[in-house]
Amino acid sequence: MAHAHSDHPAPAILAEVNPAPLPRATLVENHRSLNWVTEKICGIIEAPTPKWWWIAFAVSGFLALFTVAGIAYLVSTGVGVWGHANPVNWAWDIVNFVFWIGIGHAGTLISAILCLLRQKWRTSINRAAEAMTIFAVVCAGIFPVFHVGRVWFAVLPGYLFPFPNSNAIWPQFRSPLEWDVFAVSTYGTVSVLFWYVGLIPDLAILRDRFYRSGNKVKSFFYGLFAMGWRGSNRHWSNYEMAYLILAGVSTPLVLSVHTIVSFDFAVSLLPGWHTTIFPPYFVAGAIFSGFGMVLTLMLPLRAIFRLEDLITQYHIDCMCKIVLATGTIVGYAYGMEFFIAWYGSNPYEGFAFINRAFGHYAWAYWIMIACNVITPQFFWFKKVRQNIAFVWILSIFVNVGMWFERFVIIVTSLARDFLPSSWGYYSPSAVEIFTFFGTFGVFGVLFLLFIRFLPIMPMAEIKAVMPQADPHGGHDKH
Amino acid sequence: MAASLYGLIARFDTAPEIYHAAEQVRDAGYKNWDCITPFPVHGLDGAMGVRRSHVPKFSLVGGITGFCTGMSMIWYMNAYDYPLIVGGKPYFSPLFAFPVAYELTILFTAFATIAGMFILNLLPQHYHPVLKSKEIVRGLDDAFYVVIEARDPRFDLARARALLTQAGAKEISELEA
Repeated sequence: MAHAHSDHPAPAILAEVNPAPLPRATLVENHRSLNWVTEKICGIIEAPTPKWWWIAFAVSGFLALFTVAGIAYLVSTGVGVWGHANPVNWAWDIVNFVFWIGIGHAGTLISAILCLLRQKWRTSINRAAEAMTIFAVVCAGIFPVFHVGRVWFAVLPGYLFPFPNSNAIWPQFRSPLEWDVFAVSTYGTVSVLFWYVGLIPDLAILRDRFYRSGNKVKSFFYGLFAMGWRGSNRHWSNYEMAYLILAGVSTPLVLSVHTIVSFDFAVSLLPGWHTTIFPPYFVAGAIFSGFGMVLTLMLPLRAIFRLEDLITQYHIDCMCKIVLATGTIVGYAYGMEFFIAWYGSNPYEGFAFINRAFGHYAWAYWIMIACNVITPQFFWFKKVRQNIAFVWILSIFVNVGMWFERFVIIVTSLARDFLPSSWGYYSPSAVEIFTFFGTFGVFGVLFLLFIRFLPIMPMAEIKAVMPQADPHGGHDKH
Repeated sequence: MAASLYGLIARFDTAPEIYHAAEQVRDAGYKNWDCITPFPVHGLDGAMGVRRSHVPKFSLVGGITGFCTGMSMIWYMNAYDYPLIVGGKPYFSPLFAFPVAYELTILFTAFATIAGMFILNLLPQHYHPVLKSKEIVRGLDDAFYVVIEARDPRFDLARARALLTQAGAKEISELEA
């Protein structure tokens, strides 16, 4: 038997190779038509304003007043109204800044990185996620601008932007804080541009529909921003190239933004901050928290507007798996920080981490571990991913956990620095608490205006991934 | 005098139909013609004979401008106009200037890309015969159109109509300028 194959050539294992037909995930359920997509998305804007919208808008607006009041009090009185005191001179302001800017990262990941990776499921969630990015950057920007106290120096001649001040001194570009000014303002600007380019074809649809239904005022304003878009394929050719390039530059942008935010800490010499793992760890955490927020926002929208055919179980599965993957990366980073603190044999570094887990702020540390490391592990199970209400609750835990992560990193490291004589315990003042919770109102107001006046999903992009869009007839469907 | 003729507009109902119609109009030698589609149909550029977009050239110029702006701005501010002495470090080094120059590269690239897209598309153009026609609502919704312009040197009303009919157009109408 051993030499049988020498007489005859070995037969092929298979007579012929038949690749298994892998079913492609259906991105729009129930074989909907192109026109159905237009009617569904435009219908949300064209319908009369629902009652829940007014209620939600009033609540958000009221909440936003807390931020306005908190900031007015801060500017008129001074930064002493916040709970900062030596040695904790950065606290809720920077925690909230990093929290909000991190949330924004999921929007750019969906619109840029998933675009380059040809993940077609991004199409139905990218518009709302990009809106979330922009509004999150707005909320984030409030804190660094106002934490300088005399805010007029931050914006005009002064601390942040390179305008010469009265002494003709320019900002100090060796500082990561100055890099951060450029990173965050570029991020906000490019996110708005990317979002706007995506909106142009959809604004053109609304322009023509409002014109036909006789609403000339709305038609004028949508038309103004639609730039005279007419669906010309010669235009689409340049448009698609521009969109691809924007995705291509937004990808290194989004990775750089949270990298530079992490430099604010990592470039300092403080134990607990001075670690090389910070850039990838912060980026993973940002995407983790951002997808948590995307789920928090999209699941109610899906239920309210009956968008189950457009945001399918497949979309939710994909988002849950990204939360699982990035949450696990974050968990690994927590473990690796501890390992390096021990392996590096630096007593200050070692103390900083023991103190994090078992010191005065241990309660915050364990909330962080529970929310960020344990919560996402539920998403291994299909049953969990299919339970929409449970997914929504878990997404809230992700948001809470990521806020605590920033709190733990910033406050525990500062509260126990090199000199035991200066050790302190930080707790926030009422002004800080109100200012932070008010930003959820600011975010809510902006997001509600978005879902009322702009198409919440990119109609052209959704149509382009439907089976009808295949110019070669789509042999696998019908 | 009646409004002059801008061209012919022909409706097709599916993506494969417009794809094959575009190939036929291209092969008939027309130059001033276009397709109106609700979304970018994959491969239609090739079927129409549209060349690769020139937008990347704008992006490249924008990116280089942004990088040079960042580097020279930091050199001017921290090393030339008002040298800042910090920790005995050099007044200028491309290393510490890099993050800001990197961000400005991206910022300028994004603006140049969008400007390039608008310039090449001759937008904003709020008046256009296609926008005036009642077809545009469906052209952005679920139907596909071929527009052959009267200014094309090969344009002849009867022959263009025959070509579009042969290509399988569902409905053909004339567009006023």
